Amino acid sequence: MDYIAASSNNYGFAHAVETLIGLEVPRRAQTIRMMLLELNRITSHLFWLAAHALDVGAMTIFLYAFREREYAMDLIEDYCGARLTHSSIRIGGVPLDLPENWITKLSKFLDKLPENIADYEGLIDQNRIWKMRLEDVGVITPEMAQSWGCSGPMLRGSGIAWDIRKEEPYELYDEVEFDVPISDTFDSYGRYKLHMEEMRQSIRIIRQVIPKYYKSEPEIMAHAPQYISAPKEQIMTQNYSLMQHFVLVTQGMRPPVGEVYVATESPKGELGFYINSQGGAYPYRLKLRAPSFWHTSILQELLPGHYLADVVTIIGNSNIVFGEIDR
Amino acid sequence: MAQHKINYLSEAGLPVALTTVDKLVQWGRSNSLWPMTYGLACCAIEMMATGASRYDFDRFGTIFRASPRQSDVLIIAGTLTKKHAPFMRRLYDQMTEPKWVISMGSCANTGGMFNTYATVQGADRIIPVDIYLPGCAPRPETLQYALMLLQKKIRKESASRKLKPKRLV
Amino acid sequence: MGFAQTKGDNKMRKYTDKKNVQKKPYYTNRFWVAPQIPKEDISSDEVFANDIEKLKEKFEIKEAYIQRGQLVIYINASDNVEVLTYLRDELAYNFLNELSAIDWLDKKAEFEIFYQMLSTSKKKRARIKFFIKEKEPIRTVTAVYKSADWAERELYDMFGVIITGHHYMKRILMPEDWFGHPLRKSYPLQGDEEASWYEIDKIFGKEYRDIIGPENRDSSRVDEDDTYNFSRIHHEVGFGEKPSSEVVHTDYQEEGGVFLIKSLKKSDSKILKERP
Repeated sequence: MDYIAASSNNYGFAHAVETLIGLEVPRRAQTIRMMLLELNRITSHLFWLAAHALDVGAMTIFLYAFREREYAMDLIEDYCGARLTHSSIRIGGVPLDLPENWITKLSKFLDKLPENIADYEGLIDQNRIWKMRLEDVGVITPEMAQSWGCSGPMLRGSGIAWDIRKEEPYELYDEVEFDVPISDTFDSYGRYKLHMEEMRQSIRIIRQVIPKYYKSEPEIMAHAPQYISAPKEQIMTQNYSLMQHFVLVTQGMRPPVGEVYVATESPKGELGFYINSQGGAYPYRLKLRAPSFWHTSILQELLPGHYLADVVTIIGNSNIVFGEIDR
Repeated sequence: MAQHKINYLSEAGLPVALTTVDKLVQWGRSNSLWPMTYGLACCAIEMMATGASRYDFDRFGTIFRASPRQSDVLIIAGTLTKKHAPFMRRLYDQMTEPKWVISMGSCANTGGMFNTYATVQGADRIIPVDIYLPGCAPRPETLQYALMLLQKKIRKESASRKLKPKRLV
Repeated sequence: MGFAQTKGDNKMRKYTDKKNVQKKPYYTNRFWVAPQIPKEDISSDEVFANDIEKLKEKFEIKEAYIQRGQLVIYINASDNVEVLTYLRDELAYNFLNELSAIDWLDKKAEFEIFYQMLSTSKKKRARIKFFIKEKEPIRTVTAVYKSADWAERELYDMFGVIITGHHYMKRILMPEDWFGHPLRKSYPLQGDEEASWYEIDKIFGKEYRDIIGPENRDSSRVDEDDTYNFSRIHHEVGFGEKPSSEVVHTDYQEEGGVFLIKSLKKSDSKILKERP
């Protein structure tokens, strides 16, 4: 799966299962999740910029973007314990509250990042080589984008304002204000500008979520003994919690029979989880709709007619992660 | 005739160092290990991070090369699928001797959590591996440490004598 | 008083074989009836009700309901291209987000195919489904939605569903000479014999199977003959040398002795046969 923004995958599945069993997640967990998701979006876009710029030949951007990405990784590591394969979003909430001073560090990072983004733009926005290699390269018309099932920045890069966070809001996305940037040039340069703007919007979202975090109750896991174990403290002290935890661990949870398809807006596009449950502890069928798979298939129509050097630009620009293709 | 007052033979005064050819050659080899950019999955991201600003792999003399002909080390960074295995073997064969292999991460070591039909259960089934790196994904520090261990190993090897053929597990 | 059995009362409970118990990892409740996610009526949503009405005029709809806010429609397998064309052109479902199959071969000898649709103008999602028999071909929908191109190839690759009219019907994820369709429930997780040797056969040839040996996943295994990777305590040999069975006793004491400490000489010590 998408290992550049691991939490968004994590969240996608947890959210799908929560929809399947109809679970309400406590507000504090929602705020923490949103911060993680947006932080993941920032790291993903920074990585995209770094790798894309490296492909096109701008080594400096690679080193700069990785510098900022490391700060974001430090924050994620501080909370999740892992740099890359974090698994900190659970079905029903999050396992831990934020560590001390995390918000302070986060705010510091958020204060610094817009300057850095301005730096990148200063380096390549008007750069002649950058413009020559990106402008009018890889033009995806809206009709093409719809027919090929594009999503996320690839779709918005074709001028269609469709963002699942906005249109089918999950978590607290309906309570925060953010803009959905679109590009009207349909080319790689437009998508580059769009990614930069999305990073700014993510910063804006996290800034709005922070006060919501402070206002929320300190509950981080949903209370649903049928599906979710009690907090560790209760398991250690109360007999029934321990028994219930034992049953859940050995037998697994038993969700209701039925099927759901839940789509979330991952940094790459629409990440959908189709779950067919037959009432057992394992899903009968689980199908992942990973955006990169669909964005790669468009290349067969996009590439003909371009120079060979443009292939590098287009592949780099469409934000493909191969872990999402073979899943 | 002027007589020198300086004793060149003590306190590193003599501008001559004595060593064996072995040590000299392997010192050179170990300090300019050029790995191949061969990312297969998540570990490749950490490999890039190792090469990027904060961890700065270049100070070990390792500069990523995009061609097997120019590289000394193959870092298998990620899950090796069965479909991809022949290509990996071909790239390994294209590398010039002497060559070393670092298997990075659980997936490359043993197949990791993918104990399935599509994954090679350990890269050492098809190419000999020098250093195994545990972790999922290993941190950049781990990769740096692995490289230092590899340098140590190379310095112990003989430069002139023919290397013993490495065997598969 | 008491529970003494009367003489004629030798009734026993019916014997059930308990050998199977070990095979199950956990206890299962036989009387558990899993709850259902409610299927809401179409009329509860105006947009969907409208869509279904228009669809019903043209095509046969076997079943239609709303589950978790999404429309689910069962149609005839032969109608798939027409229904999708109609949905795209008339009902503004402009995206085909996902298509795949569910394997019911074991229970009903059928595949369930589903198309996951999205309408950005209505902000609605719908799922079109139908059943096909195992070797029954379905028609491609690449002419309607180009996004079906790779998804149908994946469908063929993973399930072996035959799709007619596709312009490049080849495996997409697995190698072309792969045997079997991995996502079928009948396919073993570790793969068949052919799959487990795939890369060895491909690279070294079949005769190399004996040299490599079967897959070994035991991390605590120590190869006695391998002196490259393992050292044996009490049988110490150099790196890469042939292993010997000679036992080497090592005294972990310095030869000259350590200051103030006397080393034990076994020959000088006196062994008592009895407790004094």
